[in-house]
Parts: sequence; structure tokens; C-alpha cells
Amino acid sequence: MRKLLFAAALAALSTPALAAPTDAGKYQVALGDCEGCHGKNLAGGVVLTTPFGKMVTPNITPDKETGIGNYTAEDFRQAMKNGIAPGNKLLYPAMPYPSYARMSDADVAALWAYMRTVKPVKKSINVNQLKFPFNLRFMMRGWNMLFFAPAPYANNPAKSAAWNRGAYLVSGAGHCGACHTPKNAFGADKATALTGAALQGWFAPDLTSDQGAGLGSWSAADIVEYLQTGRNNRSTATGPMAEAVENSTSKMNDADLKAIAVYLKDLPASRGNGGGATGIEAQMKSGAVLYDISCAACHDRNGKGSLIFPALAGNPNVRQVRAETIVRMVLAGGKGAATPKAPTGPGMPSFAWRLNDSQVADILTYVRNNWGNRAPAVSPETVGRIRSALRSGS
Amino acid sequence: MLPRKDAVIIGLGWTGAILAQQLTDAGLNVVAIERGPYRDTSTDFNVAYMQDELRYAVRKDLFLQPNVEAMTMRNNASQTAMPMRDYGSFLPGHGVGGAGVHWNGHTWRFWDSDFSIKTHLTQRYGAAKLKGLMLQDWGVTWNEIEHSFDAFEYLCGISGKAGNVQGQMQAGGNPFESSRSRQYPNPPMKMSYAPTLFAQTMAGMGYHPFPTPSANLSQAYVNPLGIRMGQCTFCGFCERFACGNYSKASPQTTILPVLMKKPNFEARTECEVLKINLTPDGKHARSVTYLDANGVEFEQPGDIVAICAYGLMNVRLMMLSKIGTQYDPATGTGTVGRNYCYQTSSAARMFFEGKHFNPFIGAGTLGQSMDDFNGDAFDHSKLDFVGGAGLNCVVSNGRPIGNRPTVPGSPRWGAKWKQATVDGYNNSMGFSAQGSSYPVRENYLDLDPTYSDRHGRPLLRVTFDFPDNDIAMSHYISDQLERLTKPFNAKHAAVSRIQKGWNAVPYQSTHNTGGAVMGADPKTSAVNKYLQSWDVPNVFVVGASAFAHNAGLNPTGTVGALAYWAAQAITTQYVKNPGALVHA
Repeated sequence: MRKLLFAAALAALSTPALAAPTDAGKYQVALGDCEGCHGKNLAGGVVLTTPFGKMVTPNITPDKETGIGNYTAEDFRQAMKNGIAPGNKLLYPAMPYPSYARMSDADVAALWAYMRTVKPVKKSINVNQLKFPFNLRFMMRGWNMLFFAPAPYANNPAKSAAWNRGAYLVSGAGHCGACHTPKNAFGADKATALTGAALQGWFAPDLTSDQGAGLGSWSAADIVEYLQTGRNNRSTATGPMAEAVENSTSKMNDADLKAIAVYLKDLPASRGNGGGATGIEAQMKSGAVLYDISCAACHDRNGKGSLIFPALAGNPNVRQVRAETIVRMVLAGGKGAATPKAPTGPGMPSFAWRLNDSQVADILTYVRNNWGNRAPAVSPETVGRIRSALRSGS
Repeated sequence: MLPRKDAVIIGLGWTGAILAQQLTDAGLNVVAIERGPYRDTSTDFNVAYMQDELRYAVRKDLFLQPNVEAMTMRNNASQTAMPMRDYGSFLPGHGVGGAGVHWNGHTWRFWDSDFSIKTHLTQRYGAAKLKGLMLQDWGVTWNEIEHSFDAFEYLCGISGKAGNVQGQMQAGGNPFESSRSRQYPNPPMKMSYAPTLFAQTMAGMGYHPFPTPSANLSQAYVNPLGIRMGQCTFCGFCERFACGNYSKASPQTTILPVLMKKPNFEARTECEVLKINLTPDGKHARSVTYLDANGVEFEQPGDIVAICAYGLMNVRLMMLSKIGTQYDPATGTGTVGRNYCYQTSSAARMFFEGKHFNPFIGAGTLGQSMDDFNGDAFDHSKLDFVGGAGLNCVVSNGRPIGNRPTVPGSPRWGAKWKQATVDGYNNSMGFSAQGSSYPVRENYLDLDPTYSDRHGRPLLRVTFDFPDNDIAMSHYISDQLERLTKPFNAKHAAVSRIQKGWNAVPYQSTHNTGGAVMGADPKTSAVNKYLQSWDVPNVFVVGASAFAHNAGLNPTGTVGALAYWAAQAITTQYVKNPGALVHA
């Protein structure tokens, strides 16, 4: 009874039915970015690097032997919302069931209807390659007890319908917190939701309305443009976010993108990045020269970027408390998101050959403390550590 | 035998990419087979090391190497052609993007009087004026093809100043260009000192200088496909290099981001086409045979085969596949290999004292040009030649290895040479004359009887020397250069003069044209006005191979236009009714 009431309350939040029954489910695939982890054909095989070891994403096509062809609708709902696969197999939260738990049953059902229509692919995956003892699935029972309280999204009557839809998407199917929310030692979300977090060699930026590190200076239209096209005049999506944009947010409809923007713009400011660095005069001086030589041709001498190259002034990636993303960009380069509305996908080349650790540190400290940016200095040791990690491929 | 495709495109440079883009837009299933590697901007044209002059300009890292495909050369049929051991006089591209990766970006339109050159010159001077030349109309008219030029310029974001928009002359543009439908998509580049001085001096003499139309962008740009480009930074590493700043138009910067994502397009790189297979009657292409990177042979069937390699390779592939009849200079029969042309160039260099030309502020097309002595812009009635040259004052680079101008007579080595290069570097400027090249019976292409490639296929043989007409033209232009240098009051001025006996060793120009020329008569052209083979109508041969002559203008603008023009014929006419589009 209680469940039914929730379902009724959530009906308004759920995605409206689209032309064909499976279109609604296909849209849920986009909202949930299923392809991001399970691959374009959903047959899995994508390696996820976690602090606990490697996981390989499973095949979720309807193949009966190697996929989820034997699932029932309820099996699927249990996996999505409670992290329990058939046979009482406990999923790891690399599958973001703590987020999907907030999805409405209607949306999960729509997704399931679509999943039945996906082309089956026969492909066996050895999913669990975690280190001992994390490879013991029963341990997740304790994790769930401690950190997982399955609850559907609860409407906040004090907020607008758009805000609620945004909150539903961000915390539910969109599972933005999977990357952007800091994690505790057990890999569970801390209470400081969406304040930015390091993972897989990147730093997912602070999405709160903090003026320094967050999206405080972005308009709702800036957020919509970024999510829809992969770029705006502040930043270009790259790395895991480029994938999220290409597979997920660029496929969201305008109303949902606006709803996400409304919600993010209303997030209370985080504690920020700790402000700017002091005692960095030498780094700033050296960084200014190196920046003009190596960076200004594309990013502009005033950090404004251009139609194609991202600005560095006001770019959240530049202003995070930690510098993983930007160090990585300078050392390894990266590719910007390519979407139907912004198909270029401009690339940042690797400067690993040209710049040593001190030079990278100087340039980034300069960029992080110029043109209105204020963020902690980057040390050569940090650059060196990231360079070693990139070299070893971890 | 692989699954059939609607269209098989051989080569993924400018023409291949344009055809692929247009054909896939029309819903065709297209595969492009490219001999060289896949190359993309941030990964392969890395700005952190792209300015490696030794690697790219001297060792020619991006170019076709002769161990992949060489050619044999001779000046005339009485000689035995020898294979070149290193590409010198011209440098064909290699890999995805082709020569569109390493070009300078000069983007010209040939003139209406080029497309109807025989008619035009005969009307003005009489048929006797063309004696000894195989000049012929191209079969397509200016009005038909103008919009294809426009499409290419807007794709690339060409930066320039129009001289003639719908018949209205525009101050500051080229008054000799043919009427265009609209302005260039971007304004001209900012000029450095040398082109500014050139333009001022030429204007002072009553000539008509204008900014060289440039594929190095004057500002950031979003092209009609939604692809974004950056502003040229005047880095001076353009020709022989790829652009690391997304600011030189190339297939990579203008088409591939959209094309590569299309579900009905596939690119197979490091796959070398050996031949096009015809049906037993020789009138239809069935498939294309190629070797992949591991040397495994595949046969790719297709309804349409578009040969979109470098012009000379287009011609060779036709010969190897027996598409059309080999041209024979003795009898004048046959069409494949006919009307091979090149470029007839000379240059002026001036040395001053106390100047600061700062040639390191350079870009492939940073310059000013004038066409007062080009094509038929001037009266030839009292002259013993036809044709002319475009004059270009372009500061492409001040690179330390290759750019060492010294006053003629300076020592060639040692401390005094070093001092001369120091004096010359910032005190000298030059301008060049890019002269037309008109076809004659003796200049042609065929397969070499002796030398073959790594697959045992005969090499292409180039038989070429500068025709008397072109020598006369070029000497007249050199005379003009000498005259034009006078008002600069330089301390020294040197003008080069072309000589008979084309030498394949020093770099001259990569503008090889003809060999599979377009035209209205199947007796004198290998392809019809739509670039469609007269003999095998499901084969289209796209590129500078179709030029019936070469003008005093860089070819890429016209090559791009021909690609759009052929693509339009395929998508609007051929697919609806496959077969010959022109009945002779």
C-alpha cells in the first residue's frame, strides 16, 4: 500500500511517455548513462578502476547465457533499486544502485521494456576482479547495512516542479554524485553531496553554487549549454565527463536539462577550495612566461579561450581544490566532448615531453591564480606523482 | 570478398572526405580506403612538438615516401626515365587528410576564362595563337560550378577579400576574379610588414594587390557542419607541417569530426588499393582490391568507385586498372595520361639594410597577391605566348634551417656565410610568380616499362619539360619582376629565370595537374564534365587529375570545388539513374 502511494506521488516526476513504448526506456538509458559503463552495445567489458581493485562491467543485453536474458521485470527492479541480482547476488555500488534506488518504478519499468528489445550479444565477462577481501560479495551486506538506505525520491513541496525534476534526475538516474560526491574510506558517499571528488585519476568538480570552485558564476543557461553540447564559454567537457555528455546529457531533452540547471543553481555553496595560494610569486612569474609560450596560442593570453578552445578564466576544472584533472590534461592531453550540436571534439595535446614537473606546476599555479581564478598552488611533487601514475597506466 | 557498399572511395584526403560527406548525407553507405595512417590534430599534430623543422620540413615526416610509391622522370621521350630516390620537385601527401594536412592554404578559384580557355583565347586572339598547345575547354562552365567553390570556401572558412560579388566590383579585392555569389566567410588575415610594403608599392604603380585568400583563419569560425576552428597564430609552421591549432582548413579540421561519427561511413586506413576490378566487358567496375596493414588481400565490391587519391596516383590507378585508353603522344590518341601540366615559377628577392621584416611572424597564406599578370588579365596580342602568373608576397615562415636568404654572391659556408644569413634574415623580403602551365603533346604520363613498386606494379612515368610557350611566359614575368622590384629601392634585388630542362630534385611545386582531364569530348578527355569516366561510368575520378591545364593559381580551391561538383552529380543524378551522365 505504502509503495503504491509512493508510485502515485512519483508519477508526476516520471518521464512522460514518448511516441513508442520503448522510446521512454531508451530515454532512461540516456538519463542513466548505461552506455558509459556497459558500452555502446550494452554488452559490458569496460574496466572500472576503483580503490578496491578492478571491476569489469557485465553484459546487460538480453542474451540468456551471458547477459540478463533470464531476468524478470522484478529481478531487474531489484538489481536497479536494491543492488540485488537473481540468486541473492549482491552488486557492488560501482553499479550506482544507491542512486537508481531513487528512480520511480515507472521509469525502471520503462527501462526494462527497452532492455528487452536490445540486440542480445553473447559475451562472457569476468566481472569481479577486485582485490581480496573486496572480491567477497557477501561483504556488501555489511556495506548496504551501513551506507545504503533505499528510498525513492521524495518530492519537496517547497520547491518548484522543475527543481524536483532536477533533483530527481541528479540524485537518481543521472547518478551525478557517483563521481561528484566525495567518498569515505568504504567508497560510500559523504554528506557533502556534489562538492567534488577525485576518482580514476580525475577530479570531478564541485557542482554547488560556490563562487570559487563551484558553478556559482554560471547561469542556468551556461549549465544547459554545457550539458547539451559538451562546451560553453567557460569550459569543455573532457575525460569521463565527455563520455557522460556524449552518452547521456546531450541526449536529454531541454526541459530536463533546464530542471537540472535549476536544481544545481540552488545547491548551497560548498566550503570551496580553500582560496588562493600565498607565497607563490616565483611560480607565478615563471608560469606567466611558460604560459605565454606554450598555452596562450589556443587559450588566449587572458585565459579567455575562443569558440573552439576552452577558457581557463572561470573554468571549474582549473579551480578545484585538487589539480588531478588539469595536471592530467597538460601531461596526457585529452579530447573534448563531441555532440551533434558541437561536433568538433577539440583535443588538448600532451605536453609531457615538453614540460618538466616544475614547469607544469608553475603554469598551473599561474592559471589557478590569474584572471579571477583563486585556487591552491600545484607542487612539482604532485605533478611528478601524477606523471608516474600515468606512465604506469594506473 | 567483403559485403557490398554503395560507394567505395579510394583515398581520404580533401576530395575523398568531401565526397564521403556528401554521399553519406544523401544516405549512401560509403567506405573510404586510405593507404596511409589515421591522423588527428591533438594526437598526431601535437603543438608541443609540431614545430620540429628537422622532422617535418627536412625529413618530410608527413609525406609520401618513395618506398611506398615512387615515380620515374624524364624530360622527353628520347630519354630513359629514372626513378627518383627521394621526392623533391613535389611532395605528395600521405595518410588521412592527404595533402590537405600539409598545404599552405592558398585557396584560389580558377577563372571563368580557365574553364572555357580554348573558346576564350581563340575568340580574343585567333586559333593560330594556340598553335602547339593542347588547350581545351573543361566541359563545365563557371556558372555551373561557382556554387561548388562557394561550398568549399565556407567549409574551410577562407579568409579573404572578394573583388567581384555578383558582378559588383569590391574595392580592395581582386578585380580579375570571376563573379562570386558572396563574400568570403572570414575577413582577411592581419598583414605583417613585407606584404604590407608589397601592396603599398604595387598599388603605387597602379596595380591591384589584395589579401591572398587564405585557409589560415583570421578568426575563430564555425563552419556549415557545425565544426569549430581556431584563429591562426602566425606560428610559421604551415606548409610541410600539420596545424596543431585547428586553424588551417584540412579534412581533419573541417569534415572528419562529423564524417567519422556517421553510421553509414567507414574509413579503412593503412589499406592500399592495388586495382579496380572491371566486369569482363571492361565497362563496369565491380570492386576494389586492396591490401590491409598486414598484407592481407581483400576485395571490396561497390556500386560506385570514386578515385580520390593524389592526382598523379588517380591516373596511375586508372592505367593499372585499364580504365580508359592510354594516351599516345606519337598518334595523339587515347586520353589517360594526356594534358599533364605542372607550374612555371620564378621569384624576386630583395635585400635591404635596417629593416625588420620579422619573417618568423608567418603563416602559409599570410600575404598579398596581384593578378595583373595572371591568366588573360593582360593583353597577349603583341606577346609570343599565352598564360601568365599570379604574384604573391607571402611570408610563410622564418624557420631556422630552411630560411637563410643571402645576397647573391655571398659565401656558401663558413663565418662569412653565417654573417650573410644574419644580415639577410630580417632585411630581406621576396615575392614569387606562380606561372601557368599549358598542355603540349609531348608532356604526358604513362606506366614505366622497367621500374615497379613493392607490389610489382609498374611505376608512373612522368615525361615533362617546360613548353616553349611557358618559358616565354615565364621570362616575360621575370622581366616584370625585375621592373617591379625597382621602386622598393632595395640594396640588392635578384630575380630567378626558369630554364628548359625540368629538374625533379629541388622543390618547386606540388601542383601536378592533368592526366585524367575533364571535357566534353571523349576523344580528348578521360572523364566527362561530372568527373565520370567516359569508359567506365560507375567510376568517378576526382582531383587535379581532371584539370585540362594548370593556371597561375594554386589548385586546391578548384580541387575542392570539383569534389563538390562531382558529389552533386552523383547524389542528384547518378544514384537516381546509374549510367553515363553525358552521352557523347
